[in-house]
Amino acid sequence: MKTMPSRIIAVRDEGKDRKTITVHNKEIAEKAHPGQFIMVWIPGVDEIPMGISHIGREEISFTVHRVGEATNALYNKRVNEYIGVRGPYGRGFKEVDGNIIVIGGGTGTAPLMPLIRRLCERGGNSVTVINGAKSIDEMVFKEELNELAKLGKIKYIPATEDGSLGYKGLATTLLEKLLREGEMPNEIYVCGPEVMIKRVVEIALERGIHVQALVERYMKCAIGICGSCTMDPLGIRVCVEGPVIPIEILAKITELGVYKRDSSGRKIKI
Amino acid sequence: MHNDTITFKCFISIIDEGLTLDVDISTKIANLKIRNPLILASGILGTTGAILKRIAMAGAGAVTTKSVSKNPRAGFPNPTVVKLEYGLINAIGLSNPGMHEFKNEIRVAKEGGVPVIVSVFGEEVKEFSEVAYQAEEAGADAIELNLSCPHGPNIQYGQDPKLTYEVVNAVKSTVKIPVFAKLTPEVTDIVKIGLSAEKAGADAITAINTLKAMIIDIKIAKPILSNIYGGLSGKAIKPVAIRCVYQLYEALSIPIIGVGGVTSYEDAIEFIMAGASAVQIGSAIAFKGIEIFKEIEQGIMNFMKNEGYKSVKDMIGLAHKR
Repeated sequence: MKTMPSRIIAVRDEGKDRKTITVHNKEIAEKAHPGQFIMVWIPGVDEIPMGISHIGREEISFTVHRVGEATNALYNKRVNEYIGVRGPYGRGFKEVDGNIIVIGGGTGTAPLMPLIRRLCERGGNSVTVINGAKSIDEMVFKEELNELAKLGKIKYIPATEDGSLGYKGLATTLLEKLLREGEMPNEIYVCGPEVMIKRVVEIALERGIHVQALVERYMKCAIGICGSCTMDPLGIRVCVEGPVIPIEILAKITELGVYKRDSSGRKIKI
Repeated sequence: MHNDTITFKCFISIIDEGLTLDVDISTKIANLKIRNPLILASGILGTTGAILKRIAMAGAGAVTTKSVSKNPRAGFPNPTVVKLEYGLINAIGLSNPGMHEFKNEIRVAKEGGVPVIVSVFGEEVKEFSEVAYQAEEAGADAIELNLSCPHGPNIQYGQDPKLTYEVVNAVKSTVKIPVFAKLTPEVTDIVKIGLSAEKAGADAITAINTLKAMIIDIKIAKPILSNIYGGLSGKAIKPVAIRCVYQLYEALSIPIIGVGGVTSYEDAIEFIMAGASAVQIGSAIAFKGIEIFKEIEQGIMNFMKNEGYKSVKDMIGLAHKR
């Protein structure tokens, strides 16, 4: 599918250097599942993959953290401007009921939001959300998560490395603490920095807990033909077989948390 | 009634098996024996050894790597690929990690158990030879010379019979493995270029490369590709590719690998009948997934059974018989 010029209908601050941008695009909104991603074209600048952080009836949102040229350009976009979007792409989360822990690290919480909302809608689930960040101003979606917690739909535990909000320490240390104290999740969903994903996988493997992780790789085509986003040693294409990858496969991916590839295909240490 | 049905089914399966054994879908390009005539095209997925290995296991007869140069190249910024109803336009810009780092990927790709064809390119004649030499060292089974990428630095090689001769000749005198010359249709006479490559010692011709194209988004009022121009591949270019293969087969005596829009077994057989000894599959993966190799292989086998062809060889260039 070609990129679809889509109008920006809302831009919201999401803490320091982060914004949630909403575009009107009914076609993608109707097809998208939690965990899927879109390719966002900023004309004259770049086209980058973005996880979907809200799936509405006729609109979708994504949350951008400005770190480079393309994300900066997106960050500065305003309502009524047009950007190109195509998708939705990839395999999203398989929704599992029961005792669930959702762990988001930094902006990695954003693509977990549609899943969290869906798990709440399904009802009857015990959902614990760990929202980790370096500090309070880098934490995304804390208001909405607070709101869901007040309504009794989730148990919400923010964790910051500097202790500016909630638990002081890493999200993965908090996860280990919860498990030691007797939490018995049947499924863990995770998205965030890759070292964090890797640690969650290790913790879960020791205890036999199933995990679904949303991973990120450099992408060009997003349709499974350029090979930029493949992971060693299985040759998994993150844009087609991912971005959500289950623990059975993650356990075999030797590059997880170790290296990724740049646009030329060279390995870069993580 | 029930027993009759079972007997009948058994009878059919015996016939099926018998015929399957009779059908030989292997093919040969120079000294390379390939288990089926379906090769992964260059530029599609061949960025890592792991994915090449996976494509081999998905049923490809051989795999071709992405084009590799001496030094790493980042390629163009995104957007680099646009999917259309009838094919793809891409301007990846020959991104690659450089042959030094890519040697490891070749070694991994070899674990797939099928021939690994390494696509090489250079900005000068010497670079083609150097890169090809390193590829051979790493275990490449053949070299494909990318003389003609429409969004790279070197399309001129494939558009000039003299330059084509120089590159093929230089690489042939450097490596022992077979050398294929990949040609562009964007020339006045592709046969002239093909003959030049043959004279220089090419072991086979790969035809065709993508055609220079572009696409504009009318709402944003800008070309979509960051490089403005890209290469058109897929279904849209198949009739052009068939014509080129047919013309080359008439004039040349070395084998031809047909490429350009192979999406079904019918397409593959059409190329073979035009004169191709094997075909390459690329853009169709965007439409049918990597399962396409198995699907087309099965389709060719059924076609051969139904039409009474015993081997792929029997069909090569068949459309030329008058």
